[in-house]
Amino acid sequence: MPGLGTSFGRGAATNYQQDFQNADCIWIQGSGLMEAHPVGSRWAMKARERGAKLIHVDPHFSRTSAVSDMHVPIRAGSDIAFLGGLIRHIIETKSYFEEYVVNYTNAPHLVREDFQDTEDLEGLFSGFDPEKGTYDRTTWLFEGMEPPGKTSSAEVQSTQAFTDRTQAGETLQQVPNDPTLQHPRCVFQVLRRHYSRYTPEMVSKVCGIPEDQFLKVAETLIANSGRERTTMLAYAVGWTQHTAGVQMIRAGSIVQLLLGNIGRPGGGIMAMRGHASIQGSSDIPTLYDLLPGYLPMPRATEDDQTLADYVEAGGKKSGWWSHFDEYIISLLKAWFGEAATPENDYGFGHLPKLTGNHSHYVTTLRALDGGLDGMFVMGQNPAVGSQHAGLQRRALAQMKWLVVRDLADLETASFWKDSPEIRSGEMKPEDIQTEVFLMPAAGHVEKEGHFTNTQRLLQWRDKALDPPGDARSELHFVYHIGKRIKAHYADSTRERDWPIRHLTWGYREHGVHDEPSAEDVLREINGYDLTTGKLLNGFGEMRNDGTTSCGCWIYSGCFADNVNQPRRRDPGDLNAPGGSVSPEWGWAWPANRRVLYNRASADPSGKPWSERKKLVWWDEEKEQWAGYDVPDFPPGKRPDYKPHPEAEGMEAIPGSAPFMMMPDGRGALFSPSGPLDAPIPTHYEPLESPVPNELYPKLGANPLGITWMRPENPLVAEGDDHYPLVASTFRLTEHHTAGPMSRNLPWLAELQPEMFAEIDPVLARERGIKDGEWMVIETPRAEIEARAKVTNRVQPLRMGERIIHQVCLPWHWGTFKTNPQGVTGDTVNDLIAISGDPNTTIHESKAFRCNVRAGRRAGETTVRLADVDTDQDPNDDQPDFASKTPHSVLGDEEQA
Amino acid sequence: MSRPKPFKRLRELPVVGRAMDWGLGPAAASDNTLKAGSRIAGLKVTESVCPYCAVGCGQLVYTRDGELVDIEGNPNSPINQGTLCPKGSASRQLIQQPGRLTKIRYRRPGGTEWEDLDLETAMDMIAERVIAARENHWQEHDERGRRVNRTLGFAHLGGATLDNEENYLIKKLFTAMGALQIENQARI
Repeated sequence: MPGLGTSFGRGAATNYQQDFQNADCIWIQGSGLMEAHPVGSRWAMKARERGAKLIHVDPHFSRTSAVSDMHVPIRAGSDIAFLGGLIRHIIETKSYFEEYVVNYTNAPHLVREDFQDTEDLEGLFSGFDPEKGTYDRTTWLFEGMEPPGKTSSAEVQSTQAFTDRTQAGETLQQVPNDPTLQHPRCVFQVLRRHYSRYTPEMVSKVCGIPEDQFLKVAETLIANSGRERTTMLAYAVGWTQHTAGVQMIRAGSIVQLLLGNIGRPGGGIMAMRGHASIQGSSDIPTLYDLLPGYLPMPRATEDDQTLADYVEAGGKKSGWWSHFDEYIISLLKAWFGEAATPENDYGFGHLPKLTGNHSHYVTTLRALDGGLDGMFVMGQNPAVGSQHAGLQRRALAQMKWLVVRDLADLETASFWKDSPEIRSGEMKPEDIQTEVFLMPAAGHVEKEGHFTNTQRLLQWRDKALDPPGDARSELHFVYHIGKRIKAHYADSTRERDWPIRHLTWGYREHGVHDEPSAEDVLREINGYDLTTGKLLNGFGEMRNDGTTSCGCWIYSGCFADNVNQPRRRDPGDLNAPGGSVSPEWGWAWPANRRVLYNRASADPSGKPWSERKKLVWWDEEKEQWAGYDVPDFPPGKRPDYKPHPEAEGMEAIPGSAPFMMMPDGRGALFSPSGPLDAPIPTHYEPLESPVPNELYPKLGANPLGITWMRPENPLVAEGDDHYPLVASTFRLTEHHTAGPMSRNLPWLAELQPEMFAEIDPVLARERGIKDGEWMVIETPRAEIEARAKVTNRVQPLRMGERIIHQVCLPWHWGTFKTNPQGVTGDTVNDLIAISGDPNTTIHESKAFRCNVRAGRRAGETTVRLADVDTDQDPNDDQPDFASKTPHSVLGDEEQA
Repeated sequence: MSRPKPFKRLRELPVVGRAMDWGLGPAAASDNTLKAGSRIAGLKVTESVCPYCAVGCGQLVYTRDGELVDIEGNPNSPINQGTLCPKGSASRQLIQQPGRLTKIRYRRPGGTEWEDLDLETAMDMIAERVIAARENHWQEHDERGRRVNRTLGFAHLGGATLDNEENYLIKKLFTAMGALQIENQARI
């Protein structure tokens, strides 16, 4: 979540779900909170019982809207225009929390004189290179700052990363600033000019939201923010899955900073994540561009060839990232043990290097072009769940082998015998050379281990029973495959096999199946003091001389005192003041803090902003920070501490600056070297939009948005009136993502038996579609059929003179049934092109163009792509930019 | 959630109020039900966490002699306080679903049906294939002569319902082998 990372310092939800109850207003946008996180939303309901206001801004009226005070229908993909409107309104009506903004954000900083805004350049910022389709971000820096000598590893395209950091190692003192916020080049005034045209009238025209409704939202947020009150924002994939997704989150972050809601109880931003451990899978990533703890994967450039270069490029002189070297060295010690020495750079040089984008969609295209031997798919269903699912299935058919591990058979494992492409005759099983291993996996109660939930909370699960037959945990599978691979290379003397030979793999085994000990793995993640052999109590104990090891620095402390902290189960007294924090239930990263940046819950002098919103404060008697939560600040740093001008590391962060992961300790209204596509969010249309960009007519979509200009990934051409409707996807409570965990469970299948599409009555009448009967949804990629739900839950939107109709699609169905009680339906992802946000390569599924008609589809869903020539060089599958300017290949690090 | 006010007022009425309790609470249990008792009484209880969305509801897993009997919400959890949504409530069926795999299914190149395969054989075959993919696609240097130590010959795509310990070993092993294309639901 680079949107949050570049704004505040860490790419994770700032607060915890129970803290919804402490909010005075809950603002839900880009999320179907009640539908997708039903039990988490009970805390929002509790707030509502206490009188809090709930606002739901969403294209589609859902169960979330039904319990909200206000539902604001918005055109899918137009969120930044709405958020920019809020920012403008807050600034122009002087409704921002002035003391918070002046002291805790970079509002006073002066931006360089040569910075030019989108208002000056018709939608582009200064530094755009039309040839490469990227920005040189030098002019986005603050006055007096020089660009870093070397390109930071952190600037390589990064997902979920707070490694996409901020200023280039400068400290606050060195940035000229104007605390009166009047200087024309201070961030505050830059913001003010940037959003000057985002008026209520413009919001109405771009988003289809009536002016009075927009103003009511703005006034409600303002009335419920400040010293005495806080507003909490919840978003989810309704924001991330856009070609300007990171900028949507940035814009929400700016609103929350201006209103003074970050770091405070009942405030902050809840990134509502979709899966049991999706936060964990970014923290301990199985992501191509990250090492554990958001350390960047090294690149092939000279910057990352040696450990010293990598540390210099990735570390920061001021702020918490000055500890960067301790974290990477301790990781290498955890992986390579005694073989990792200062003399051999701890084995750093052996790590594989990035030369560009190696994300899921790039890999899919590589496979499609015959460049991939094989793939492991563990607990995933790309044949339904990934965008352009028809292309995914065709790519599977080009691999030599495929290992699928799951609880039951699913579309991805059986694509060779049961898929739309087999049924249409486009592919024949006899011709598909992919060797498939479908392996039974253990369920969540059949193994031990831990998940990290949406609030950064690590919770351990004990094992309740053995998995049946040959079913095994992924831990068992990877560990035993690893043993075989290590044995194969045991006697090798080749340089390239060094990391395998020296990989530490000594986990204890137990039980009849020689299951490796998950607790041993967790201990390695926590880290050891290698001089004493004791487990570390936290990342504060880590050193940069090879005498500590740690598998993921942000998780250090999860096994403090040799206690499995995620296994703790004491909820505490929930009714005591601050009791909702429950600090002894599980363990939260970092350092068991439940509200990030909570130093901001106190004023610059260290006193709570108000008694009502008290969380963490300075205790003058004890000379330390105290409170209901673990302070997210050095415990003994006085609020009046002023750093020496030459101070480095944490010494450079003043006692009044709550965002200690940022080099200046301040929340970023303006992000000079964070996201690749903008220092301040700007409204761009979705890649496929039926309307021109009202604010920047020359541009349209995000000029840095990613797409793949290939014949099998056709986009709706501009001016093509055949696809006048906007489609968006949503989730249902009774199903889970691509369906393997729900479609075949009898109870859930019965509750939501059939794929459907929601459309408004006007559109239905126009197309002759009747409620409950069949309809077809069509894009250039595919056509699918669904039962029509003609309902006022979807409203035609009036945008100026234009009326836009939207089509809302739940996306959980696929064509495969593993038992008679399961249910099937067409796959929505067959409809959607692959594309990506420039920072994350997350695709745009929440807004795309389509058409609908009454009746059944003509043939199989993706048959229209059957004859497309897909023959390309597998090494030539790097993504293109969505901009209309000519562009070359993305992924070359010079551009990234 | 507190009861809506009109309902509360009705309950306070002398006759109607009692009538509203008919069929509720202890009145709902027949003698047979009372005799049968709770099917989870006395069973082994293990603390777990729901595997669906990211809310992280605490679960209690009830087993009898190693067999799963039921999964319920953990009342002690400060997050869900004993409640579960339809998915969490159905999670016993996730484990005991009709169609649950217990044996390896193998499909040979060009095959039209699944075949059986022994677990150890499958593990050996997979190890061979991943080693071959690494060897066949090894890149010491890129086209510009820079050291890259990597293979683009195989890839991994993981779900976000895997444990952190599992993801840790996946990242550690495959990175040591030089693989880069290690991806996750977190991007999808």
